[in-house]
Amino acid sequence: MPLKLLNNVIFQSIFLMSLLIVVGIFIPNWLVFVITKAIAYGLVGLGIITLMRGGLVSFGQGFVFGIGGYTAGLLGTQAGLTDAMLLLFISFLFTGFIGLIIAPLLARYRDIFFAMLSLAFSMVLYGILIKIDAIGGSDGFVLPESTYFGISPSPEYADYILYVVSILMTGVVSILLRYYYNSTPGLIALAVRENELRVEYLGSSAFNVTVLNFTIAAGLGGMGGALNGIALGHIDPEFTYWTTSGEFVFISILAGYLSVPAVFLAALFLELVRSFSGRYFPDTWQLILGVFLILSIIFIPSGIGSFFKQFFDKFKNK
Amino acid sequence: MIDEILTIILDGAIYASWLFIVALGLTFVFGVLKILNIAHGGIYALGAYSTATLVPIFYSLGMPDQLVILTMLVSALAVAIVITPIMERGILRRFYGQDEVLIVLVTYAIYLVLEDVQKLIWGMNSLYVYEPRELLGALQFGSLYYVGYDLALIGLAIFCGLLLWLFLNKTKSGKIVLAVIHNPEISGCMGVNINKVYLAAFFVGAFLAALAGSFTAPLISVQVGISVAVVIESFAVVIIGGLGSIPGAVIGALIIGMARAACVHKLPEAEIFIMYFCMAGMLIFRPKGLFQGTQARKI
Amino acid sequence: MKFFRHCLILVSSMLVSLIGFIGVTSADDHKGFKIGVVTFLSGPAAEPFGVPAWNGGKLLIKLLNEGKVPAPYNKKGFGGMEITAIPIDEAGGATKQVQEFRNLVQRDKVDAVLGYVSSGDCMAIPSVADELQALTVLYDCGTPRVFEDASYKYVFRTAAHAAMDNIAIAKYLIEKGHDISSIAGINQNYAWGKDSWKDFSVSIKKLSPNSEIKNELFPKIFSGQYGTEISALMNSKAKVVHSSLWGGDLQSFILQAKPRGLFKRTQVVFSAGDHVMPGLGKQYPEGVILGARGQYGMMAPDTPLNNWFYKAYMDEYGVFPAQPPYRMVQGLMGLKMAIEKAMDKNGGKKPNKDEIAEAFTGLEFEAPGGLVQMKLGNGHQAIQPHAIGKTAKDKDGNIIVTDIVRYKASCVNPPNGINAVDWINAGFPGADC
Repeated sequence: MPLKLLNNVIFQSIFLMSLLIVVGIFIPNWLVFVITKAIAYGLVGLGIITLMRGGLVSFGQGFVFGIGGYTAGLLGTQAGLTDAMLLLFISFLFTGFIGLIIAPLLARYRDIFFAMLSLAFSMVLYGILIKIDAIGGSDGFVLPESTYFGISPSPEYADYILYVVSILMTGVVSILLRYYYNSTPGLIALAVRENELRVEYLGSSAFNVTVLNFTIAAGLGGMGGALNGIALGHIDPEFTYWTTSGEFVFISILAGYLSVPAVFLAALFLELVRSFSGRYFPDTWQLILGVFLILSIIFIPSGIGSFFKQFFDKFKNK
Repeated sequence: MIDEILTIILDGAIYASWLFIVALGLTFVFGVLKILNIAHGGIYALGAYSTATLVPIFYSLGMPDQLVILTMLVSALAVAIVITPIMERGILRRFYGQDEVLIVLVTYAIYLVLEDVQKLIWGMNSLYVYEPRELLGALQFGSLYYVGYDLALIGLAIFCGLLLWLFLNKTKSGKIVLAVIHNPEISGCMGVNINKVYLAAFFVGAFLAALAGSFTAPLISVQVGISVAVVIESFAVVIIGGLGSIPGAVIGALIIGMARAACVHKLPEAEIFIMYFCMAGMLIFRPKGLFQGTQARKI
Repeated sequence: MKFFRHCLILVSSMLVSLIGFIGVTSADDHKGFKIGVVTFLSGPAAEPFGVPAWNGGKLLIKLLNEGKVPAPYNKKGFGGMEITAIPIDEAGGATKQVQEFRNLVQRDKVDAVLGYVSSGDCMAIPSVADELQALTVLYDCGTPRVFEDASYKYVFRTAAHAAMDNIAIAKYLIEKGHDISSIAGINQNYAWGKDSWKDFSVSIKKLSPNSEIKNELFPKIFSGQYGTEISALMNSKAKVVHSSLWGGDLQSFILQAKPRGLFKRTQVVFSAGDHVMPGLGKQYPEGVILGARGQYGMMAPDTPLNNWFYKAYMDEYGVFPAQPPYRMVQGLMGLKMAIEKAMDKNGGKKPNKDEIAEAFTGLEFEAPGGLVQMKLGNGHQAIQPHAIGKTAKDKDGNIIVTDIVRYKASCVNPPNGINAVDWINAGFPGADC
């Protein structure tokens, strides 16, 4: 019985979530904030991983990241909607909807073509955003402070509350994703990755699975963008820039597609490396980040997730 | 009126040739190696820097002015000779056969490294090599003056494009490259040394990138950060024209170049948007670009 | 191999946490005065702005700590406290800067942040600064909107906003009797370029209602290729071409336009044109009317403080200081004055942020570029005197600035409580020239 419980996804997630929430009380404020940001990036990475299970990598997740961020931002400034949880949820739905619209355009393509076309989409959005002065143009705009169930927390606790909220929402999303991965379309995605034509011959639609995956990835990316915008209190077209998209791809490749928590760990890792190299090597942080990216791709090609899997497999065998 | 149209065409052609030279290497490397080389912009910057370093040395040696073009070629070649073994042999080769997007990410990392390498080698001051631009004098069209050097860029673009096209289609080695583009595995079975072809193709791509940088150097102030815009513009050309296609790059460069020139003269507000507009239109109607090829799917 | 990989991960994660640990512990030493300095150290804005500014800042901090700066800045450091500076790269967009700002305040526990060249960053940072109650000095950025759209308690800008650059140029053109019957502009397609052009063109329209606006070109930032724009500008035959291009873009524009005769055919005005002079040297065109965003560099006033700074910078870096180092030095000096004023009041203790903010509000201090007065935005936004000049060649062929006209701060800056754009549109009411 206890062993079975340990293997239960919901139990694991609740344990991890409560651990993080408790730990959050004791760690310094900046780390709380960095973790919140890592969660935002991790959500987008999670979207890419969903696509990766179907053999595709999007190099343009900045597209959905930006849409999510701007959705939350515009709802906040134009419609006066400031409830963080509601904003995250609406951004998730809306960006997912946008994803559903463009998914059929992209779902016909594979490999590098898919990556490049998604990149092109994100660049078109970037071009549009820097042009619209009404929403700040290239400068972006400041988001109003967020509230939770109508209460606006005092500044000392705002970071921690957002941290808790993001952990809770991410936890729920992760559990749902785990179930999706084990569902029929989730497993077909793996088969599509192996051999698309055989999947078609067996009577399933690779196209439909890809559209579904892309929609989910878009929703997750949108939620990540909204969370990032809310946490920082500011959004700008840089959200959709290709360098941002590159970071998401890196997170998901560093994590690998085998494990959900690994994505957030990878995001945190990247965030820390970037932040500290910027702090201690302000002149050469790009060099350090670049070398770090190359080394981690060389030495951990299948991602951190593969260690998790090895570890748990060993654990199970015992 | 005629005057204005002529100006637009001329301005557009100059800009299009610049775009074409920048994008040619990118699209060729993509065609052969199936790598979207983001570090292309970084190599472009290195080419500009190396020209900005070598040309003053050339002048200080008191050589005849006309040979400066040769120096620019040499500086581009030097960049390609140094960068190709490091990038292709040293780093990219480890990832062949793996997910192509992984390789894009690796080139992104290399791009980041190159940004700081420029800083470490050449420092933060901007460099200038405007002398070569004075070489060909100025020409008058209507009421406007054009610099001969800028017009010569059109010739350079045509020359580069034609040379590459002739090489691919009229020589044996070129046909081997085409075979590798079509199917690396079968070509390998037929006795083609694929690694060599990849190395050579990457070399050509790097050389073209550095060449673009080296011939742009006289027009600009060479400093940190010049590579960012290049990555995007060349990518846009390649997307519009079709991935990996040389005629596509011609058309893509011409479309963007002409559209932009027309906008600047007639509708300046739209200028910043026009490139993305062309790209969006292409994405919706012909997502693989104007010159899309058919692709075999593996079972 | 697998073992090696495990080791690598272990080692690298240990390294990261170690750096994190150092970051946390080193943040606790609080004897001196710690500032974060944010400016461009990479990307296209590094060479023209970030690096020279930080060079000036580094130099001044060193000399302040040694106590080698002339009066009234002769006290060591900030009121006797040694200054430590943490430089941070401003590249990467406003959102990234918000995060870096939080890191500086929360992780490094800096006493103040001095920085920001980009207007986008200046719009994004203040709300976070007030939320975290972190003393922040904006030293360079141009947009007037920072203190016009909102008010902040802990945020100060020690340099005049960009409106005066273009108002002064318009006034100069008219005073010197230039033909302004038609004007055209080439400005980058973002807030800075658009605001600059609007301020300039409206000012011209107000001062000379008959002048006609020809081309309004807005090429995208960092495009570096201006062939087409130059053709369009020359075709339009406008009498005056205005530009607020900066850095590499300005350098490229000059290099491309010069052989095509634009500077000979048209009167070109650069609203922020001096910072590329050290780089371009003799290639800089003559006959160009330019501003330096203040009385800086070649247009600096002949005061002991300026002569000292000019020489100190020249000795250290072998090149004359243009706008960027002046502005950062201005920010540091303002901060120093505010801190020392607060210390006079509290008996010489290290002042807290509220005491400094109170002292900073409405402060007036002498900087190398002239008297800086924190008069706008209820004492948070500086105004300063301005100068416009025209380039010419001296007998050795070097480019110098002549025909300098100086403008009082109150002549080219709006009074407190009036937005810059409204002030221009109303025809400069209350300008004291």
